[in-house]
Amino acid sequence: MTDQASSECSFSIEESTAEVVKIALFGHLTAKTTATVWQPCIDLQQQYNPQSLVVDASDVDYCDGAGIGLLVAMRNNQIQQQHEFTLFGLKPQLERLFNMISLLPEEPKAQLVPPVDVITETGKFSFDAWNYTKESLTFAGEFCYQIGQTILHPKQMRWRDLAFLLENVGPNAFLIVAVVGFFLGMVMAFQASIQMKQFGATIYVANLVGIALTRELGPLMSAIILTGRSASSFAAEIGTMKINQEVDSLRTMGLEPLPFLAMPRLLAAVLMAPVLNIFMILFGLLGGALVMKTLGYSLPIYLSQLESAITVSDIIGGMFKTIVFGLIIAMIGCMHGLRTQRGAQAVGLSTTAAVVSGIILIIIVDGVFSIVYYALGI
Amino acid sequence: MNTDTEATISESIVQVDNVTLAYSDDVILRNINFTVKRGQIFVILGGSGCGKSTLMRHMIGLDQPVKGDIIIDGDNIVTAINEQRLKILQKIGVTFQSGALFGSMNILENVCLPLMEFTSLPKAAMRLIALSKLHLVGLHGVADYLPSQISGGMQKRAALARAMVLDPKILFLDEPSAGLDPITSAELDQLIINLAKSLEITFIIVSHELSSIYAIADEVIMLDETTKTITAQGKPQYLRDHSTNPKVREFLRAGVHGEPAH
Ligand SMILES: Nc1ncnc2c1ncn2[C@@H]1O[C@H](COP(=O)(O)OP(=O)(O)OP(=O)(O)O)[C@@H](O)[C@H]1O
Ligand SMILES: [Mg+2]
Repeated sequence: MTDQASSECSFSIEESTAEVVKIALFGHLTAKTTATVWQPCIDLQQQYNPQSLVVDASDVDYCDGAGIGLLVAMRNNQIQQQHEFTLFGLKPQLERLFNMISLLPEEPKAQLVPPVDVITETGKFSFDAWNYTKESLTFAGEFCYQIGQTILHPKQMRWRDLAFLLENVGPNAFLIVAVVGFFLGMVMAFQASIQMKQFGATIYVANLVGIALTRELGPLMSAIILTGRSASSFAAEIGTMKINQEVDSLRTMGLEPLPFLAMPRLLAAVLMAPVLNIFMILFGLLGGALVMKTLGYSLPIYLSQLESAITVSDIIGGMFKTIVFGLIIAMIGCMHGLRTQRGAQAVGLSTTAAVVSGIILIIIVDGVFSIVYYALGI
Repeated sequence: MNTDTEATISESIVQVDNVTLAYSDDVILRNINFTVKRGQIFVILGGSGCGKSTLMRHMIGLDQPVKGDIIIDGDNIVTAINEQRLKILQKIGVTFQSGALFGSMNILENVCLPLMEFTSLPKAAMRLIALSKLHLVGLHGVADYLPSQISGGMQKRAALARAMVLDPKILFLDEPSAGLDPITSAELDQLIINLAKSLEITFIIVSHELSSIYAIADEVIMLDETTKTITAQGKPQYLRDHSTNPKVREFLRAGVHGEPAH
């Protein structure tokens, strides 16, 4: 085995007709060396497609899994064609290895590699999408029912987790909300001021910033941040509990995951979403103030302009929307957490799905709100 | 010893009645029937992947069987909902193959959780009860640790303490001694026997540890992946020597005498 020359392998064709192909193998058939003979041997077999394939292994000194693999591959090809395969000369201990693999039945793995064609894929996609929608609606129904139950029997909820969740959802997000809000307000004011300058109406930058933030951008941006931070963490936390069988464990104690895990998260999100929204608006207005300052308006003028621009219904409308967003975020996060399948990968998938579907749903609901508010004249 | 236990464990407490289990379209087990008697230590055996955990999940109401009934102390867990279901669940304690402690709570809080949710005992009492259960499973000085800070075997024992904290009538344990050293494992066996004989707790255990099975099991059933049914039922010693099914004899002999199955 230490001999350099013998640590290589080769083969020779002793006979090749449509009736019989006889191959002799030589040397060391190992993972490193088998590659050089594998394809030629298989090609030869396929070219002649012989009634009988004879492999002479008398000069094989050593053979590992790869070498056995080659023998098995050739044998399997013959069996598939219902042709004969004969192997001789293999050393007894190697023969035993070969026979061990020979004993394995041919598994029909066909369904593991589904054929990829557009129609099947489209059908599968639609079917999955339909199932997903159905499941989501069912979950939403259960979720709303549970909200009612929790309002009727507040004792069922696990209050102990609430403080921790509130902190995580709210105060821990203040920094990012403040930064996003500030720059959002500033950029918006700056862009608006360039346009407004043409009409000498730069004072109305305050109106634009104020109304945009209270009605649209404040609720929307804070909801998106909340989705990114909290829907994802709800999905990941609950998903991890699911794969660790913690959720099962709760259920066997008679503690259902909805009241026990989802309701505290829902409450945290619904309570904290408006707080984050207010934060976002205030910092946005601050960013606007900075731009207004450079345009030559003092803070009191800016504030009084805001006061005349923003109505109470803008604020209430925005706040109501925010609360609905909070509810959606908690629901999406918990739903994807509880939907988590098996395996560590699944948690990542759930988290991603929670964020993506959360953002999409929020944008759609925001559109619906715009239409409803418009129709109601708010 | 056997004869006098036989007399006290005549009453059935768990009854699995013609149950078929499946995950979506994959049938795992078909037409399963067996009865567990009060105070019995009942062991579910079988090769890896044959559906032992699945059977257990159905018996504790986590999954719905395709067909059949599972009666736990007089109530059918398959059809029970709300209050009735809760009533059944309070009679049972469960440990999972993975321990399944709550990662965000320390060991004491984990064990106290059922007490907090279902009793109005004072804090000090809960603490005392929890610590005594931890003591029972041989865990000392880890009450303040998080599950991630203790070993896998310790986690399993903490999970057992949690499962026992409300003194359930029936304990379902999925591979309780897998991953324990032989001494701890033997202590756990002794604990199980003591609880069964002194408190009349019924144990339904999934296990692979043959030495422990011979030490504790009053009765075993063996599941088979290919036939999807129970292939043998009875006392393990008896099955080992007298089962008509060579597969069963081989399974029950493997490892015990240190000789490989052939
Ligand atoms: N959630 C699930 N969804 C689909 N199939 C599952 C699920 N859980 C288990 N199975 C399948 O059911 C079969 C039985 O699994 P189960 O976990 O009950 O085996 P087991 O007997 O407990 O094995 P082990 O001794 O390894 O724990 C396996 O083939 C497994 O792939
Ligand atoms: Mg299992």
